[in-house]
Amino acid sequence: MSDAVKANGEPKNYLNDTYGIKSWLLTLDHKRIGIMYLITLTAFFLVGGVFAAFIRLELMTPKGDLFEAETYNKMFTMHGVVMIFFFLIPSIPAVLGNFLIPLQIGARDVAFPKLNLASYYLYALGGMFAIAAILMGGIDTGWTFYTPYSSSYSNSFVSLALVGVFINGFSSILTGVNFMVTIHKMRAPGLTWFRLPLFIWGHYATSLIQVLGTPVVAITLLLVVFERVFNIGIFDPTYGGDPVLFQHMFWFYSHPAVYIMILPGFAVISDVIACFSRKRIFGYSFVAFSSLAIAVLGFLVWGHHMFVSGQSTYASMVFSFITFFVAVPSAVKIFNWSFTLHKGSIKLDSPMLYVMGFIGLFTIGGLTGLFLSTLGTDVHLHDTYFVVAHFHYVMVGGMVMAFLCGLHFWWPKMTGRMYPEGPAKLGVMFVFAGFNLTFLPQFILGYMGMPRRYHAYPEEWQALNIMSTAGATVLGLGFGLTIAYFIWSLFKGEKAPANPFQAKGLEWDIPSPPIAHNFEAIPIVTWEAYPYGPEEAASQSTETATEPAKEDEVV
Amino acid sequence: MSDHAQGAHSLHHLHQFESAEQQYESATLGMWAFIVQEILFFGGLFCAYTVYRNTYIEAFTAGSHHLDIFWGTLNTVVLIASSLTMAMAVRSAQTNSGPGRIIGWLIATIILGCTFLGVKAIEYTGKWHHHLIPNSTFQWNDPAFPTVTLGPAKIFYSFYFVMTGMHALHMIIGVGIMLWMIAKVRRNEISAQYFTPIEISGLYWHFVDIVWIFLFPLLYLIGRHH
Amino acid sequence: MSEHHVVPLKIYFLIFFALMIGTVLTVGAAFVDMGFMNTPVALIIALVKASLVIMFFMHVKYSHKLVGLFAVSGFFWLCIMLALTMQDYYTRGWGEAPPVEFLKEGAFF
Repeated sequence: MSDAVKANGEPKNYLNDTYGIKSWLLTLDHKRIGIMYLITLTAFFLVGGVFAAFIRLELMTPKGDLFEAETYNKMFTMHGVVMIFFFLIPSIPAVLGNFLIPLQIGARDVAFPKLNLASYYLYALGGMFAIAAILMGGIDTGWTFYTPYSSSYSNSFVSLALVGVFINGFSSILTGVNFMVTIHKMRAPGLTWFRLPLFIWGHYATSLIQVLGTPVVAITLLLVVFERVFNIGIFDPTYGGDPVLFQHMFWFYSHPAVYIMILPGFAVISDVIACFSRKRIFGYSFVAFSSLAIAVLGFLVWGHHMFVSGQSTYASMVFSFITFFVAVPSAVKIFNWSFTLHKGSIKLDSPMLYVMGFIGLFTIGGLTGLFLSTLGTDVHLHDTYFVVAHFHYVMVGGMVMAFLCGLHFWWPKMTGRMYPEGPAKLGVMFVFAGFNLTFLPQFILGYMGMPRRYHAYPEEWQALNIMSTAGATVLGLGFGLTIAYFIWSLFKGEKAPANPFQAKGLEWDIPSPPIAHNFEAIPIVTWEAYPYGPEEAASQSTETATEPAKEDEVV
Repeated sequence: MSDHAQGAHSLHHLHQFESAEQQYESATLGMWAFIVQEILFFGGLFCAYTVYRNTYIEAFTAGSHHLDIFWGTLNTVVLIASSLTMAMAVRSAQTNSGPGRIIGWLIATIILGCTFLGVKAIEYTGKWHHHLIPNSTFQWNDPAFPTVTLGPAKIFYSFYFVMTGMHALHMIIGVGIMLWMIAKVRRNEISAQYFTPIEISGLYWHFVDIVWIFLFPLLYLIGRHH
Repeated sequence: MSEHHVVPLKIYFLIFFALMIGTVLTVGAAFVDMGFMNTPVALIIALVKASLVIMFFMHVKYSHKLVGLFAVSGFFWLCIMLALTMQDYYTRGWGEAPPVEFLKEGAFF
């Protein structure tokens, strides 16, 4: 092991294995690619956040005095496009998934490392197109790019942004392909499907949606580009085209896409909650299969975005009916997490505080979703701030909280440094309080009928809007604080031990940060996931009676 | 030990895999996952096509009558033949028939692929002369179908060009992959022990063939019995 | 599956001829008036041809069942998209006001 220790005494790991900008930009190491995603994502998050800030500033006053209506259209469009396509969709899978899937399944890398790097560059390239569209003057169609406005009328840089989203879509697809094959074929000996951490199950379900859904939106957006550039006539009503068809094809992906955004969040929460309750997750197989159930059901409900779009009443009824079923696997997860807490030895470290926030906020977000899937109620609530609030409760209260949770939990593993616990707890409080102050008033505004995507509103709604803007400020401070202490910890943070949280899982058995090829020797797994109980921990240590699982055959 | 990346392992599998077998299975499965996304990529077009074909059946019949069945059938035969030559290329790699044999089958595949693209170019040129390109220059006047108006006819030709265009693009990429495979065979990187690249290129090529198997009746053969 | 199945030459040529016959059948069937059955027949022939290519040229018959599952899932999801989209189009106008003008063929030209 002479080459494993460097001259200055620091053990070799994936961060100091090789040096130089080229060793990062051309790396095939899934861990470095994950870090590159994290940096790029954060940049997009800040860009999207700036647009959000402009939106909230404009809405402080009832009159549209800060921006023209057209400029405001661009603000909310670019907020949506950047946040959804370039932050939320890649966030957990591309950063934590990339970093952790091979570690958790005991593999040296993902199945296709070059493809993984290519995915990153497609993401970066797509992002550049989007940034170019923003810098040249922006897009004003709304993130949904509805035809015929996007295809025939808008004079903004729609094609450029669409090409960006198209390219980014292929980044997402290739990541999905990579993860699926990795999870099927690269698991360590003995690591059967039901011994996998739930993080892996969640990411498998996510990859399924990425592979099955994304290509449809890719071709749909390409058709809109063709319609703008070559003037073909597929969605254009002047030729007899049906703009509602665009909505069908768009939502066939974009509804499942919200599960691409939330399933990895579930995946993180399952791992973290077991660790900080010191208990095996309650109803492991239910949580595992509910992820798959959400992935499949997600493809059957897209029409609930189109209740007032001219879809037939019969179709609306079918879509509304199926939508209610999505609540079942979601509730299964919430109940199982709650039962995991029951009689656990709960430790409220900052990742766990994020979990608590997540469960509460996601439940609100999920339940308000039921209001919107109810046909009659939705006619009233459609395109109001109620929808905006519902969506943000799921996406920010759910996904962003889960992302921060996972980032805290695995930060020591990723960087080899501990984050400072005090500021982290303060950060959670800021994010939680700021978030609720921002979006709770929006439920009320929406219920009172304030439509989304307008830059002016009647004066009686000002108080609630000011609350929302104030909350956004607090939320922004929370995010700023979090980013600041993360960066601080890289230089001044305490050196992290291999397993700071006494968590279970293959990634915690190797040093922090891991070596470039992850494992000195591929582990043989003979225990169930999350062996937190005393008797289970004992069974893990008697692993000498090596008995690889019978179902070694990969299915 | 951490030196697994260098020695001890055979030439034919990468460091992240434990065996050549694992690498072969992963590559095949990965290609299939990619084909699944291709199915849905073209599937989006087929879905939109279905909607409009049901709405404007007459216009689709009329548009279809302006496509040449001879060229369409010829291209179907050419493409199926190219699938056979591709399968033969994979088989010669599997059975260690020597680089000459593999390259021969690959070149046959490329020639057939280029024939297909050539025929497509002839057809496209014909449409250009008849003002049937679905952009602002599109014109429609067919006395045989007096009730069909310009709009729906243009929709049919939008589908014709986008679907066959996307298919042709996949063919061009496929020809590029075949050239790359020839280079690999010449560098002696393909053998009966390691023919994964050629096998998964074959999967891709066959998939492109399958798309055409559906496109041909759906575009060329609508309402021909009238 | 430590050794890969080598498909006998005979099978490859058999499949090739079957595909050729399928092509002839498709073209032939298109010129026979079968009423509403023309499109289904064309699609069934195409499906059979596609299955032959998938099973034999693409070796699914000789591969791990997981590969077959992947192949089927692609087509299955396509069916989901078609079914749920078409259930809207087929039921438009059921007990509703007539469709808007532009959905009628030729309203503009």
